[in-house]
Amino acid sequence: MRPPPLLDVRDLRRNFGSFAAVDGVTLSVQPGEVTALIGANGAGKTTFYNLISGRLRPTGGSIFYRGRDITGTPPHSITRMGIARSFQITNIFDQLRVIENVQVALVIRQGKGTRWWRRAARDEDLRLQAGELLERLGLSGLAMARAGTLSHGDKRLVELAIVLATDPQLVLLDEPTAGMTPEETHAVVDLIARLAETGPQTFFLTEHDMDVVFGLARRVFVMHRGRLLAEGSPDEIRANPEVRNAYLGEEVY
Amino acid sequence: MTGRGAARRVTLLALLAVLAAWPWLAPYFAIFLMTEILILGLFAASFNLLFGYTGLLSFGHAAYFGTGAYVAALLLRDMAPPFLAVLAAAAVGAAVVALVIGWFSVRLTEVYFAMLTLAFGMMVYALVHQWRGLTGGSDGVAGFPLTAPLPGVAVNIADPVNYYYLTLILVAVSAYVLHRITVSPFGLILRSLRENSERASFAGVPVRRYRLAAFVVSGLFSGLAGALFAPFNRIAVPEMAHWTQSAEPVLMTILGGSQYFFGPFLGAGVFLLLRQWITSYTQEWMFFLGVILAFLVVFLPRGLLGLFDRWLGGRS
Repeated sequence: MRPPPLLDVRDLRRNFGSFAAVDGVTLSVQPGEVTALIGANGAGKTTFYNLISGRLRPTGGSIFYRGRDITGTPPHSITRMGIARSFQITNIFDQLRVIENVQVALVIRQGKGTRWWRRAARDEDLRLQAGELLERLGLSGLAMARAGTLSHGDKRLVELAIVLATDPQLVLLDEPTAGMTPEETHAVVDLIARLAETGPQTFFLTEHDMDVVFGLARRVFVMHRGRLLAEGSPDEIRANPEVRNAYLGEEVY
Repeated sequence: MTGRGAARRVTLLALLAVLAAWPWLAPYFAIFLMTEILILGLFAASFNLLFGYTGLLSFGHAAYFGTGAYVAALLLRDMAPPFLAVLAAAAVGAAVVALVIGWFSVRLTEVYFAMLTLAFGMMVYALVHQWRGLTGGSDGVAGFPLTAPLPGVAVNIADPVNYYYLTLILVAVSAYVLHRITVSPFGLILRSLRENSERASFAGVPVRRYRLAAFVVSGLFSGLAGALFAPFNRIAVPEMAHWTQSAEPVLMTILGGSQYFFGPFLGAGVFLLLRQWITSYTQEWMFFLGVILAFLVVFLPRGLLGLFDRWLGGRS
């Protein structure tokens, strides 16, 4: 028997006018299993993530997280339930220091958002936990820098740090290596693999780089024109003629 | 960095010393001028908690300033309680108005938020202007006594020097509280909303609730400023709730630098000094203020403190 799924999506739909961006997707993510969602540009991957994370409301279908119906729940509640996400285009707090970027999430998680008198910089818990997290991501040396001044790769790490600071069970990463140099990509893949192995988080990512997908994921879903085309282990997906036809073939460079 | 922190502390202490000695240092009329700078500086700093820290531009802050002014004037006229109780009641009254207006306004952002706060501000003005039975309409509320600060504290605050000191103490305490808020965990959440409210919501921040909280705190201190302003002028008039009054903290903040805690105070000082100086030559002071502001916005987008910061090298 498989354990109950962490995420269970049933017949999820989202229309933009008459265009069905997500057209009846049913899938589930098992706890602890790195899962990937692949598909060509415009296949509906990002819309699918926006639906799960509460950025968009579904037109139909439902989303269950740990057995609970979370369809239509706002993003901040979904985040506090344990689903955190990164964005395809880096989304951080540019003018805040790197350590403050992480502390925003920590303040909420530790229920300190209503503390209006005590200095945030003197809060030991906030400082130590943020410091630990930055160390795990190799950002310790940049803790006091303004996040907006960092390199592209480091900014993506800051976003990952914010995501992890929410203490998620399920982490949605929308193309975590987009725009990175090969070295940075390599480092991030290693990092995710290490986190997935040791941490309590389950990773569910979209990716264009097939090396990344097949190196990390144990289960792969393929989306094509809003629908699920195939699912299986990386080997099964690679061998699937339909997938090769619809998608992998286009990606040969 | 500790060097800069120490330098800032010394500057602040020197400033406080000058302000404490002001009635001896400056000519009589300058006591009034400085009282006004302090009051409007507090108003602008309250506005900036919302603008510079939370990223919401309100065009209707006179609603809370005016509420504070009228609550204070009416309480003094009809009940004459101790003055500090008047100020507290006026601040709370303004916070309640801010809670109601904010509850609707924080649903929107950017220009829509600005328009909605402007519209609500005009409603408050219309109410104050038309409700003659309570507010005396365009005549305003005047002829009220200035009561002792607390029961048993027989300080005559009708004396301009005493009123100056009362204002200085209250503005200094309020500025300290506002500053603590900006560096607190709550303040960090507000700054995250200014930077990127979407990322904040995906970090677990209930965005509207925090925006509303900032709105109410901003309204509270704006109300306190208004409650100091009406007794200072011995009258509360509808103009204190007018949208032109809402424009003042916006201009002062931009003048001084919205990204700096003391920007609004500096802006209030420069604004009122310029007005004082230009009106001694011409009645058309708004024209020249306009020229100066346009110049500043084009050449100093980060305000006067931004300029000092550049001279000193690097950002704070």
